[in-house]
Amino acid sequence: MTQLNSFIIAALLIVLLGFAYQSGWARSRKLVTANGVKIHSRSQYHGALVAIWVLIPALLILGLWAFFGPNITRAFTVTQIPADVVATLDQPALNAAIQRLQALASGYGVSGDLAPYEQGAGAALRNFQLVTFLIVLAAVAVAGILALLFARSRIDARLRARTHVERIINLLLLACSAVAILTTVGIVASLLTEALRFFTFISPFDFFFGTVWQPNNSGTAGNYGSYGILPLLSGTLMITAIAMLVAVPIGLMAAIYLSQYAHHRLRAFAKPIIEILAGIPTIVFGFLALVTVGPFLRDVGNLVGLDISATSALTAGIVMGIMIIPFVSSLSDDILNQVPRTLRDGAYGLGATKSETIRNVLLPAALPGIVGAFLLAVSRAIGETMIVVLAAGNSPVLRGNPFEPVATITVSIVNQLTGDTDFAGPQSLVAFALGLTLFVITLLLNVFALYIVRRFREQYE
Amino acid sequence: MDMLAGKVKRTEATINTMATRPDAHTAPDRPIRINAEDVTVHYGAKQALFGISIEIPDRAVTSFIGPSGCGKSTFLRCINRMNDTIEGAKVGGTITLDGENIYDPSLDVVELRARIGMVFQKPNPFPKSIYENVAYGPKIHGLARNKADLDEIVISSLKKAGLFEEVKDRLNEPGTGLSGGQQQRLCIARAIAVGPEVILMDEPCSALDPIATAIIEELIDELRENYTIVIVTHSMQQAARVSQKTAFFHLGKLIEVGPTSDIFTNPVHKQTQDYIMGRIG
Ligand SMILES: Nc1ncnc2c1ncn2[C@@H]1O[C@H](COP(=O)(O)OP(=O)(O)OP(=O)(O)O)[C@@H](O)[C@H]1O
Ligand SMILES: [Mg+2]
Repeated sequence: MTQLNSFIIAALLIVLLGFAYQSGWARSRKLVTANGVKIHSRSQYHGALVAIWVLIPALLILGLWAFFGPNITRAFTVTQIPADVVATLDQPALNAAIQRLQALASGYGVSGDLAPYEQGAGAALRNFQLVTFLIVLAAVAVAGILALLFARSRIDARLRARTHVERIINLLLLACSAVAILTTVGIVASLLTEALRFFTFISPFDFFFGTVWQPNNSGTAGNYGSYGILPLLSGTLMITAIAMLVAVPIGLMAAIYLSQYAHHRLRAFAKPIIEILAGIPTIVFGFLALVTVGPFLRDVGNLVGLDISATSALTAGIVMGIMIIPFVSSLSDDILNQVPRTLRDGAYGLGATKSETIRNVLLPAALPGIVGAFLLAVSRAIGETMIVVLAAGNSPVLRGNPFEPVATITVSIVNQLTGDTDFAGPQSLVAFALGLTLFVITLLLNVFALYIVRRFREQYE
Repeated sequence: MDMLAGKVKRTEATINTMATRPDAHTAPDRPIRINAEDVTVHYGAKQALFGISIEIPDRAVTSFIGPSGCGKSTFLRCINRMNDTIEGAKVGGTITLDGENIYDPSLDVVELRARIGMVFQKPNPFPKSIYENVAYGPKIHGLARNKADLDEIVISSLKKAGLFEEVKDRLNEPGTGLSGGQQQRLCIARAIAVGPEVILMDEPCSALDPIATAIIEELIDELRENYTIVIVTHSMQQAARVSQKTAFFHLGKLIEVGPTSDIFTNPVHKQTQDYIMGRIG
């Protein structure tokens, strides 16, 4: 029923808008032929302006109804329940009764026997909903048509429809970016406030400089456990470092090969394949790490007499590096292609070989951009979760051996938030402090990377 | 050592060329250095040059003129095989430098480009210091035995390019920080530093103001004493001022070639005449 209603309203609005646009357009067209006066705006703008005029009151009415409608309906429903019955009901029971009536009204029916008043009340509610819907519909239509007539009457040669429409578009875009910005601000604010709450339980010093990570998940005051971030931070950094050791050389060389050496037919075929790698869900890489790479590394370790555990910083780091390769290679590829051709020609013209040109001219010129790409890749690696959950072994102990299991910040957030979470104690609140730390690290990296990349762009503009 | 040996061989070749081509009809007093025969270029399926044959005299300036897109740059790039770096470009015919076919498979392109330097339309100094820009070529070709040698090459190249006085106090500053005209002279110095015999210039003044242009033209006139120069230009006056031989291209064909004075005062072909009078292009 409600879906149908929304559909009818949307259809009405679209018809109204189309009609409004058409009529504004047609009317302004007439101005053109009549007396040869110079018209300020073209007809499309007049059409669009009329349509916007129609849309605004209609949306206003719908907005008001969306806001007040449910309360009005509820008030009406309560009047349909006999007063003596209402008197016997407490708040939850009243809500339940109202829900039963709404279910009856929508025609789905309810389980259990019907109270004597319910059948009639349901029918009345149904009528009420129909009537209010029609009223809203009519109000939208009337307001729309009035607005249409008004806007239409305003059309004349001097009306600055284009200016108005542009300003409205401007406002619309502003509103959209405001949503994005406000969301970010909101997220940061909630991270901050919750993290501050966490710090009322655990001192920041113990958190940032503590070397033991041992939350006591069922602990109470005085017995919360230790929340030192250093073991997690070291795990994160170790895995990130291994990932970059894998991704940077391979990704960069792949980019150099593809952009400088490969025949264009090979490139047309290889580039998309590499980029498909970027589309593989990280959980699949996690599988790969857990099922294939981990055991393989352990066996190799056995052969050469190294004690490598199947889930370790090494496993997670290598697989994460593979995951990041396409990221590094496609960014570096773009950057290498941005180096002006004239620069390369300059080197070739002096008799430099291909590899000399790449080493001495291309790479130095592209270096800042490539560094920027690497930093972006690092911030991706730091925030990566799924691979680490599956392949790093989740052992939050401070140690420097990449062959042993580690835990990272992201994994610990997952651990602290799965299961019972009431956000009353440090056990779950710590997730916010960890998240905030992660956020600050990646933010700094991104800012730094963007700064470098921008400097690089300016160099050639 | 290699360079020396090369010079000797080349001199012989030059004498041979002189002997076999006593007429050298366009620049009468100069032996022929470069000889192109029936050169064609395709970019993919598109043919850009149709059977170009031309002789380029030693130690003189030869200019290529013609409307935009007629293939001047394309032909210029054939002479030092820069077209090799363009994917899909195919060159046919033969071009000889001192009688040696430069498209011979056994020829080393790197060595060829050291002998035939190039200056581009837009100044393109490397994002390195002024010194490093000039020193780069000598370094990759191993022309300097030590730092003092290298300094010597850099300074003399900058002097030949007429830039030394202006930059001698800031050799370690980035080359990209110079003015456009200075950058172009830096690029000429960079080309000279490798010790080429031929210098190709593709519209070297098109990004420069009249004063910087005049300086470069003067420079070209001086360089002519020691180098074979080929210059592409859109300016009739420039061609008339600096070159001794002029070739007019149109739609991928070489329409007319001859001593500059003849081309400008007495063109044989109607198209040449029209272009010079500013009626086409
Ligand atoms: N890299 C390329 N790929 C494909 N076609 C090309 C390429 N370079 C040049 N061409 C084509 O070859 C023809 C000749 O180009 P060329 O650059 O030699 O002309 P030009 O005489 O130097 O012109 P301009 O005076 O504008 O520099 C043109 O039609 C051009 O479109
Ligand atoms: Mg050109």
